[in-house]
Amino acid sequence: MNAREQILGRLRQAQAVALSLPQLVPGADVPDPNRVERLKTQLEAAHGEVIDARHGDWCNIVTALCTAKGIRRLILAPNVPACGVGETVAVERFDRPLEALKEHLFLGVDAGLTVADCALATTGMLVLASSPAQPRSLSLVPPIHICLLDAGRIHADLTTALTAEAWGSALPTNLIFISGPSKTADIQQTLAYGAHGPKQLIVILTAAGSLS
Amino acid sequence: MSAPASNLADGFQSRAKGAVSNPQLRKSFRGAMDFLMAKRASQFPNDADFHDLRRQGEAIRRYSLSRLPELLEQLEANLTRNGIQVHWAENAEQARTIIIGLAQRAKADLVVKGKSMVSEEIELNHALAAAGIEALESDMGEYIVQLAGEPPSHIIMPAIHKTKEEIANLFAAKIPGVDYTDSVDELIQIGRQVLRDKFRTTRIGLSGVNVAVAETGTLCLVENEGNGRMCTTVPEIHIAITGIEKVVEKLEHVAPLMTLLTRSATGQAVTTYFNWISGPRRPGELDGPKEVHLVLLDNGRTQAYADETFRATLQCIRCGACMNHCPVYTRIGGHAYGTTYPGPIGKIISPHLLGLKQTHSLVTASTLCGACAEVCPVGIPIPDLLIHLRQQAQGAASGEPAQLRGAGSGHKALAILAYDGWRQLYAHPSLYRLFSWFATRLRGLTPKRQGAWTDSRAPLVPARRSLHELMAQRNRSQPP
Repeated sequence: MNAREQILGRLRQAQAVALSLPQLVPGADVPDPNRVERLKTQLEAAHGEVIDARHGDWCNIVTALCTAKGIRRLILAPNVPACGVGETVAVERFDRPLEALKEHLFLGVDAGLTVADCALATTGMLVLASSPAQPRSLSLVPPIHICLLDAGRIHADLTTALTAEAWGSALPTNLIFISGPSKTADIQQTLAYGAHGPKQLIVILTAAGSLS
Repeated sequence: MSAPASNLADGFQSRAKGAVSNPQLRKSFRGAMDFLMAKRASQFPNDADFHDLRRQGEAIRRYSLSRLPELLEQLEANLTRNGIQVHWAENAEQARTIIIGLAQRAKADLVVKGKSMVSEEIELNHALAAAGIEALESDMGEYIVQLAGEPPSHIIMPAIHKTKEEIANLFAAKIPGVDYTDSVDELIQIGRQVLRDKFRTTRIGLSGVNVAVAETGTLCLVENEGNGRMCTTVPEIHIAITGIEKVVEKLEHVAPLMTLLTRSATGQAVTTYFNWISGPRRPGELDGPKEVHLVLLDNGRTQAYADETFRATLQCIRCGACMNHCPVYTRIGGHAYGTTYPGPIGKIISPHLLGLKQTHSLVTASTLCGACAEVCPVGIPIPDLLIHLRQQAQGAASGEPAQLRGAGSGHKALAILAYDGWRQLYAHPSLYRLFSWFATRLRGLTPKRQGAWTDSRAPLVPARRSLHELMAQRNRSQPP
C-alpha cells in the first residue's frame, strides 16, 4: 500500500464521530461611509501612507510622489491606466514574463505601481488578485509599493468580501492581502521595516469608478 | 537541526539545569516572554470576546479534525484540479526523499526556505546538504540561527534567545564584507541584501502552510517579512510542506483561525501579508511559479488521531502562546527541550512524533499551572493531555494498541509504590491519622538529605503536631 492509502486508512480506523459546526458569528459591519476612514487609520497604524485623491488627479499625485521620494525608475502593472508622469522618471510596464524581467525588477527599479482589486476596512488590508494584468511580484520586489485603490471597492471585512467577490468558485492563483510595508521584529523584538519586501507602502485612494 | 533524538530524555535534565544557570539566556527569555504576553493581552482586552472567538476557533478545528480523512481527499482533488501536485509522506524519511527528488529533477543546487517548522521536524536541511543541495533559511530569525548553526528556540521567533550584540558579532564573523554594527535596522538591511540575491537566483522556494482549504484547494500563509511571498512567488518551483492536520473545509473557516493565530502569536490584529495560493502560474500570467507541490506529512499524527483524547493535540495552529505564558519555558528556553517543538505544545506533540521512550521526561516538566490552556486560542486542554501522557509514560506497558510507542518507559517501581501508598493513606482516615501520629512523633529522625529535593531546597520535616491534632486540642480547651 502506498503512503496515501496508509495514512487515510489509519485515520479512518479511528472512526471519529463527525461533529457539526455551530453557526459562525459574523464580525461587526463597518457602515459604508466609515470604511475609508477605518481603512486609512488601520493602514497608517501599520506604517503605510494613505493619500486621498478622490477629488484630484491621481496621476499628479504619483508624479509628486516620485519627486518627493526620489523615484527615478517606476514600473507599472498592466492594469494601471495610462498616466503621464514627469520627465525625470523612467516609466515602463510589467509586460514580459518574470524570467525576462527578474534582474531588472530586483536591481533596476525604485518603485512599483499597482491597482488593488479591493480592500478590507476592518483589518486595513489591500487585496490584490493575480491575473495576466496583475503580476504577483510587483507588489513585492520593488523597494516602494504604490497602490491605487478605488474608494468604491472597500469591503467591511474578509467575510463580506468573500461573499461580494464570489472568489469561492474560482480563486485566483494568488490572492494577496497587504496591511503595510514589509517588517520584522526578529532581532530582540525591535521593529524594523523593509525586511524582504517593500520598505514603503503608499496607497492612493481614487474616486469610485475612476480606475475602470 | 534538532538534537540527536536518541538521548532526548537523558539530556533534558542537564540541558534544563544548564539553561537555568545562564543569566543571559534567562534575561533574554524573560524579556521576550513579557513582551509577547503584553502584546497578546493588548489584542484581547476583553475576556468575554476572547472566549467567544476561541469557541469558534475550537469548534472549527474540532469539526475539521472529525472529518479529516474526507477533507484530505477533498483537498487533494481540488489542489490537483488547480494544478498543484500532492505528495503524501508517512514519515520524515519519505518527506525528505520526495523533496530531494524534486530538487534533483530540477537540477537545483539551492533551496530557499520560508519559515516552516515541519521542515525542521523532518530535519530537511541536513538531508538536502547530504544530497549536495544548499538549504538557505530566509525568515530573518531562521537565517540568524542557521548562520549560528543552531536550531530555532521558539516556533514564532526563532532567534529570541539572542541579543542584538550577539547577532552583530555573528554577521561580522560569518557574512563576507560585513563590519560589526549593532543597529537593528542595519542588521536587517544586511540580511535583506544577502537574501534578495538568493530569491532572485534560486530555482526552488520552500514554505510551510498555516491552513489549507479543502473546498477551494488553497494554501494560506501568514507572515510579516515578505520572505514567504518571495519563496512562493519568484522561483520556478514552489514546494509547500505541512502536517495532515492543517486542513479546514471552507474559506470562511480561515478568518477566525487566522485572527486567533496572529493575535495570540505576536499580538497583531493582522500580519503584513496574508498569502493565498491556489495554483501555479496560469497561461497568460507573467509570474508565479510554474510548478507548485504540496507534501502532506503524517509522522505520528495518525497516532495522536487514533485516540479521542490525544486527538485534541492536532487542533494546534502553532501560535506559540502556550510557550510565551509557560513558567517552565520562560526559565529554560527552547533549546533545553531538545525537540523541534518546545514548550507546552512540544511536550504534547513530541511523544507522538518520537515515542515516549525519548520524551517521557519532557511530559513531567510542567507544574500543571494551566496557563497554557488558558491562553490556547483553540482550547487544547494541555494539562489534561500532559497527565494522560504521564500515565502512559509511567504506568506499566500493556501492549494495548491505544498505548503510545514507548509507553511505560518512564516507569519507576519505587515511585509507583510510593504513590500507591500515599493513595492508601489518603483514602483511609484511620490509617492517615496513625501515619501522621508516627510521623510527627518521629520527626527528629527525618533525613537531612532527601535526594534531588535537597539539592536546592531545605529538607522537608513534619510539623510537631498535625493540624487535626491541633484543632482537636483547641476544641477541647475552648469548646465552640
